[in-house]
This record gives sequence, C-alpha cells and structure tokens, in this order.
Amino acid sequence: MSLSDADRELVVDELGREPTRAEAALFENLWSEHCAYRSSWPLLGAFDNEGDQVVVGPGDDAAVVSLPSADADDETYVTLGIESHNHPSFVDPFDGAATGVGGIVRDTLSMGAYPIALADSLYFGDFDREHSRYLFEGVVEGISHYGNCIGVPTVTGSTAFHEDYEGNPLVNVACVGLIDDPDRLVTAVAQEPGNKLMLVGNSTGRDGLGGASFASEDLAEDAETEDRPAVQVGDPYTEKLLIEANEALIDERLIESARDLGAAGLGGASSEMVAKGGVGAEIELTNVHEREPNMNAMEYLLAESQERMCYEVRPENVERVHEIADRYDLGSSVIGEVTTGNYVCTFEGETVVDAPAEFLGDGAPFHDLPAEEPVEQERDLPDGVDLSAAFEAVVGSPNTASKEWVYRQYDHEVQVRTAMAPGDDAAVMAVREAEAGVAFSSGADPNWTDAAPYEGARAVALENATNVAAKGARPHAAVNCLNGGNPEKPDVYGGFKGIVDGLAEMCSTLDVPVVGGNVSLYNDSVTGPIPPTPTLALVGVKDGYDAPPAALQGEGELLLVGARSLEGDAEARLGGSEFLAQFGGTDRFPESLADPDAFVETLVDVANDESTLATHDVSHGGLAVTLAEMVTDEAGASVDLDAPSKGSPEALLFGEQAGRVVIETTDPRSVREAFDSVTPVYDLGEADDSGTLDVTLDDAALSYGAADVADLRDVIERELA
Amino acid sequence: MTVSVIQFGGSNCDRDTVQALAHLDIDTELVWHEDGLPADATGIVLPGGFSYGDYLRAGAMAARSPIMDEVREAAESGTPVLGICNGAQIGCESSLTPGAFTTNESARFQCEHVHLRVENADTPWTDHFEEGEVVEFPIAHGEGRYEIDDARLEELEADDRVLFRYCDEDGEVTPEANPNGSKHSVAGVLGERDTVAVLMPHPERVSLPDIGATDGQGVLRAFGE
Repeated sequence: MSLSDADRELVVDELGREPTRAEAALFENLWSEHCAYRSSWPLLGAFDNEGDQVVVGPGDDAAVVSLPSADADDETYVTLGIESHNHPSFVDPFDGAATGVGGIVRDTLSMGAYPIALADSLYFGDFDREHSRYLFEGVVEGISHYGNCIGVPTVTGSTAFHEDYEGNPLVNVACVGLIDDPDRLVTAVAQEPGNKLMLVGNSTGRDGLGGASFASEDLAEDAETEDRPAVQVGDPYTEKLLIEANEALIDERLIESARDLGAAGLGGASSEMVAKGGVGAEIELTNVHEREPNMNAMEYLLAESQERMCYEVRPENVERVHEIADRYDLGSSVIGEVTTGNYVCTFEGETVVDAPAEFLGDGAPFHDLPAEEPVEQERDLPDGVDLSAAFEAVVGSPNTASKEWVYRQYDHEVQVRTAMAPGDDAAVMAVREAEAGVAFSSGADPNWTDAAPYEGARAVALENATNVAAKGARPHAAVNCLNGGNPEKPDVYGGFKGIVDGLAEMCSTLDVPVVGGNVSLYNDSVTGPIPPTPTLALVGVKDGYDAPPAALQGEGELLLVGARSLEGDAEARLGGSEFLAQFGGTDRFPESLADPDAFVETLVDVANDESTLATHDVSHGGLAVTLAEMVTDEAGASVDLDAPSKGSPEALLFGEQAGRVVIETTDPRSVREAFDSVTPVYDLGEADDSGTLDVTLDDAALSYGAADVADLRDVIERELA
Repeated sequence: MTVSVIQFGGSNCDRDTVQALAHLDIDTELVWHEDGLPADATGIVLPGGFSYGDYLRAGAMAARSPIMDEVREAAESGTPVLGICNGAQIGCESSLTPGAFTTNESARFQCEHVHLRVENADTPWTDHFEEGEVVEFPIAHGEGRYEIDDARLEELEADDRVLFRYCDEDGEVTPEANPNGSKHSVAGVLGERDTVAVLMPHPERVSLPDIGATDGQGVLRAFGE
C-alpha cells in the first residue's frame, strides 16, 4: 500500500511541493482507514455521546466519565477505551493479541488513569477447524501472558465462533481505568509552546513498521508469512513498569499532555497531540532512545515499538521525569518541543517533515461509499428436529458453552476489586474510592448481526445493558468496536451501516452515551468478509458491590420477564439463533421490546431487591441455555411452558429475543407489579433443590441433571485440555 | 510496628496485600526493592506478581536482588516473612524455604478458587485455623507445581513443615483436587523457622469482606501478633 494518487495530489497542493519520503509515509499511515476513519466517519455521527456524566468524549485516547457522587468536590472518574487487534492476531495470534492489551492499557494511562479491568471479545472461525483452534489458543495465551503480567484483571468478555471469521479473527480489547481525583486527568491536547516533548518507555527499533496501513487492507492469503514484520512483539514487564512510572509522574503532576505510541508510532502520537492543541512541534528524530543502529527517518517516525509514551513536560520538570523513568528502569529522551509553527521533524539536523499538524491529522477526505440495504431473511425452518437433540446441540455448542477454559487463564482477581467474577452476566468491580460498584459487560453476537445487521445490533446493545442491569447496575456509558469487511463492497458497507445505526439507536433509547470507540474495516480475506460485528463494552454503576448471582438458589419462584412471544404479544422467531446455526434454515429476527429503557430501569430495581435470589439474562441460545446455566448440583428448576399456541417449542426454547431475564424471587407479586405496563412477566415455575432442570412443553418434556448440563457445556475444556 | 511489603519491578499484588493488612489494622508500608529494608520492619511480605517479568525463571531474578540478603538476615533473626505466589517462588529461589515451584501440570496459567487443608495449625500463619480445617483460597499462577526431592519432602513432612495441601471440599487430598500437579499436593511450606512461610494461594484476595469470603485473614493476622 502507498499513498494514493488522489491523496498525493492533495498533499502536493497543501505543501506546495512533492512530499519527502518520510512525509509520504506519514501521510499514508495517518490517512489510512485505521487512523483516519475515512469510510466510517460519515456514519459515526449517529451515536449520541453526550450526558452529564461525560467528562471527555470521543477523540482522545480513552473516554472519561464521572461516577455518581454525592459530593461534587470529590468526584471519581473512570476511563473507558476499546481497540481491535484483528489483523495482527491472524498473523501472529500470541503477540497480536498481547499487544492489543498493551495498547488499550496505554490509552488508559495517557488519560492519567490507573487500569483496573480488562475485557476481551474474541471471534474465530468454526471451532471444529484446526486453524481456528490454533488462533483461539494463541490469542487467549497472548492475552493471559500480557494481562496477567501487568496486574490488570481480565474480568469479562465474550467468545464466538462463526465460519466467516475463518480467515480473519477479531480481537477486541476494552479497558476501564480509574482516576480517583479529577486533578489527575490528562488529555492528548498539547498545552503550551516551549514545553518539551519526551518519550518514556521502551527503546525504539524497526518493529511494527506500517502497522496502521497493514490494518487497513484485506488480509492476503500469504499474510501469515508476508506481514509478520508489521506485527509488534510486546514486553509486559516493561508495560508494568510504565504503568507504575506513569502513576508516579501523575502523582507529581509532571505531565501537561500525553499520548501513547500506537498506530503510526511517534509520528502519529506527536502530530496528533499538537494538532489537538492547535500548535506545532519541532522534533529531532535522532534524539529518540533507540535499540538499533542506523535507523532512518521513516523508521523513527513510524516504528510501532511497544510500551512507549509521549509526554508534554514543562522544561523545569524534564529532569524529574528522567529520574522517575530511571527509577523504573525505563528509557527516556527529550525529542523536541512544542512550537507555534508547523509539525516539523529533522533528522541529523536536516528537515524531513514540515507540514501543518492539523492537515496531517484531519486532512484526509472521507469516502462517500455506496451501501446496499441488507435483505431481510424469511422463514425457512428445518424440519423434524428432535427437541432433546436440539437442546443438547445448542447447550453443547462452543458458542453458548462455558468459557471457563478461557477466563481461568486470565487473572481476574488481582487488584482485589472483583466482587463478581467472570462466568456471570457481567463482572462487578468494587470502586471503593466512590463507594460504587462498576459492572462491566462486553460482547456481540455474529449470528444476530449476520441475520439482521440493524436489529441484531440493537439486540447487542440491549443485551449488554441487560447484563449489567440484571446485576443491579444502571447502564452508564459505553464504547464500541465496529468491525466490518471491505467497505468498498456495497453489500458489506450496507451491513456495516446497519450495525452502526442499530447500535446507535438502541444506545440512544437506553440513554447510554457512546463515548468512544474504534472502527476496524477490511476484515476480509479469501474466505470472504466477516459478519458485521458491533462489539459493545458497557459499564453500569450501582450502590455497593453485592449482586444476585446467575446461579439458582433453589428457594424461589421463577419468572421470565420480557418474553413477548410467550404472552402472545409477538411472533416467536428463530432468526439469528444458535438453533439455526446448528440445524440450518433462516427466520426473521425477533421483534424487540416496546420499551427497552423502561425494562432496563425496572430490572435494575428488581435485581437490587432483597427478595431477588438469582437473575440471568436470556440471550445466546435462548431460554434453554439460560435455564441450563442457572442449574447447579444444589439447585434445580421445574419449568412448565404451557404455551402451545404461542409458537413452536423450538422458537420458545431457542429463540434469541434480547431484553429478557429469568428471575428467581421469593416475592413474585412485587416483580409482576414492578413490570406492570412495562413488559410481560411469565410464570415459568419453581426453583428447587433437585439439581435437575425439568422443562415441560405441551406434549414434550426435557430433563437434565446439573452434571449432564455441565458435561454438555464443557466442550471447549474437553477439546482443548 | 510496620510490615514491609517489598515491591520488585513487576510485583502486582503489593497494593492488594497492603489493603488486606490495613483492613486488619496492621501497619504496612510499600518498600521499593532498591531502597533497602527499613530497619524497623516488624514483618516482611514478598507479594505476588511477575517480578522481572518472570524472565529466566519465576522468582529467580528477584531472589538475587540485594534486598533479599537483608530479608534473609531478618528472617534468621526471627522477623516473620511471608511469600505469596511470586513471593513464594522468590522464597524458594532464595532458599528461605525448601523446594521449588515450577510449571503447572496443565502448562497453562490457572486462576480459580481451590480448597486447602490446614496441615499444621500450630504456626503463626495458621493458629487461627484448626488442624484439618478446609479453607477456600484463590490461586492465580502458571508456575505453582511444588517440586522437591523425595528425601527432603519426607523430612519436611516429618517435621510438620507442610502448611497447606490442596484438597476437595471435604478435605480429601486427591489427584483431582490438586490443581497444578504439586508433589503430595503441597500448597505452602514453612522455612527453617516457623516464622517463615511461603504459599502459592493468595490469602490477600480472600480478606476483604466487601468482595466475598475472608478465609485469608487467618494467615495475614500472623503479622498483627
């Protein structure tokens, strides 16, 4: 890939001359899809990103929101960021995924925050394929290696398998950071001409050259061998030192602005900082502390060596920054200073870049691409599927199965904040600084958005909100990672547009500001485009840290809230379901709730009620999977779905309408009252101490003991142990 | 009366340990390894984490850091020393305790809750428990499999220096309940003196009641006495 002719013309017009080699390379990377959102920007205006809680919205390294506080002078902020590391994870799953974690953590540091939680949403080709397993194992090991070593707990996430990720897996990593004093907040906006620009962290080498442009094209068949040099190798030990050094620098208020070195390396970070501040810079590239001799200007500018931060520092604080870096065995160098002019880089005194910073950052024209409206799927259901066989196939699918094999490899308890561990609907972190529980959920479902991009993405947003609400937390803010195929294909772009609009619509309806995000396009390979995949990472807040578990307690009545079809309120549909993924066929996507916002609000209150013993959201795999997941050796359930006229048993058990929850309660009457006029409440039956799930439908019955269910759900562990 | 929690580059359970001890009203301070051991340290914790990125071998580099000479001296003079997880690896690497912790049988990192049987309740670390009592602690390690030669293990067992063994919830020590393949299911051992102990499970992660169970307090209370 190189600078296109049209872009080159724009650059020549602006500069009044041909760009130097270094400039051409810089423009190529900064104006890439990955950095400049050229194909997606026109769509992203759909997201609402405002709210009283929003301190820093989209556009910085990470977003910042305030937590509810009784005392306006004693506020606590959390940061929220997400990024994709898709292409690198295909080429080198271990290092690709590991450096994805490193990048999002540094995005958190550059806001002055301390990282307190990570989430990973992972998408691979069919689990049956050996190559998918190789990627899956490598990615999980890479995240485990890096995340565990830096001492940031990985508390939630999602893993999905779908044949269209075969040639292009997705690794979406989100991070929550904590700013316990508003004074500690730092942004990427350069402040004052005369201040020094410093690099702190790892030394620079010739690694990861051209990563941003590599991320902005389809994966070629030979990518595994050809593109390996564009993948960086991470060093979590250095990252951990950088976390601590950053904390010390912020403690002493030595940092005026900050940006981590990610895509497009030093050139990207430093030019973006000064562009945001409406200022310029003068940088001597050979001042960079490097680990290889004889690097050229372009290599200094664009290397994506990991674990580096760019800081703006007042001249009088430079010495102290060096001292702190030394204490943590980190390199540091003064590379130049903030000016009032252009963004200028010299190499051994010779000017190699001289361009307006704003033009570098914002000069790339957007693409207005044709979009083809997705076709709605019609009903064409498989015949004669035995209900027990269906239950076993859906509950035993790697998509809905237990992900314990994954999260057991992640340290999810370090920092002693994890009040609710992975394996439940959402993680809950104790943020004692604000006496608040912060619930965290991240995910998407490719079956949903493959079947119906718009409706599927709405369901993704509602499902994540339901996850935190089921734990008694009010949805507070979200970031998204929008993954799509090659946008130059109208059908692919149409599907992408669908997920953007659907996600935006539901987040607005739920009054959840989307405060930041990441777009990853060109997820296309010889096996075709990926399903449009809108990962949402959403945080909710609650008083205190206790939450009802998903596991049954065996002592209450069981209610299903939000199921429109069981009340005859909507047609029971199987579109986007794991059932259809297993048995073939198509169907329309389930109709959503009429008042999803009222449902979520009410669920928050009900979940926090003393009489609520257990709550579990109904989503992937439908009611069958939800009930199966709630059963334990000590607690079971007898469920009677006496609703033959409301739809086929398959649709009632396996349909995946989002915005439903199963509640075990000792006070069913008050749950009904709470949801009265909000959404239907259906009486499922009773929890008991049988340790068995018994489901009766019109003329069929299912019965599975906890051990049978555990065995079905153990598929990933069994296959990969 | 201040317990020193030693921070090496890459330690990551240092602050957690301070929080857990503070919850028990035990004075604690973080001590950066290069700053040396404070003269008035009344106890020492080698916390969990990945000191020096676990490069070479888990704990091997930290064990050779100058502050460990001071820790050994303090241990010999009776100051209580507790190594947790990476701290346990450092403890064995620096010969504070016998044996070694090496790669899990699964060859993977494992973060999960396990049951432990208290083998010797007559030590500062366990006198809040009964002998044979079953407690639940989390583990989070990739290199937690205890290894030692047969003769020394026999000696260790004869001297009652095994502190905890992995077991099932009924207290049975079985191969299934051994999460990492540790020899004789050993999860924690004593040094020459019973004031020195190392264990792979994390007591500091089960000490704060606002996030769950508090079995770990029993171990940490040793510093308050």
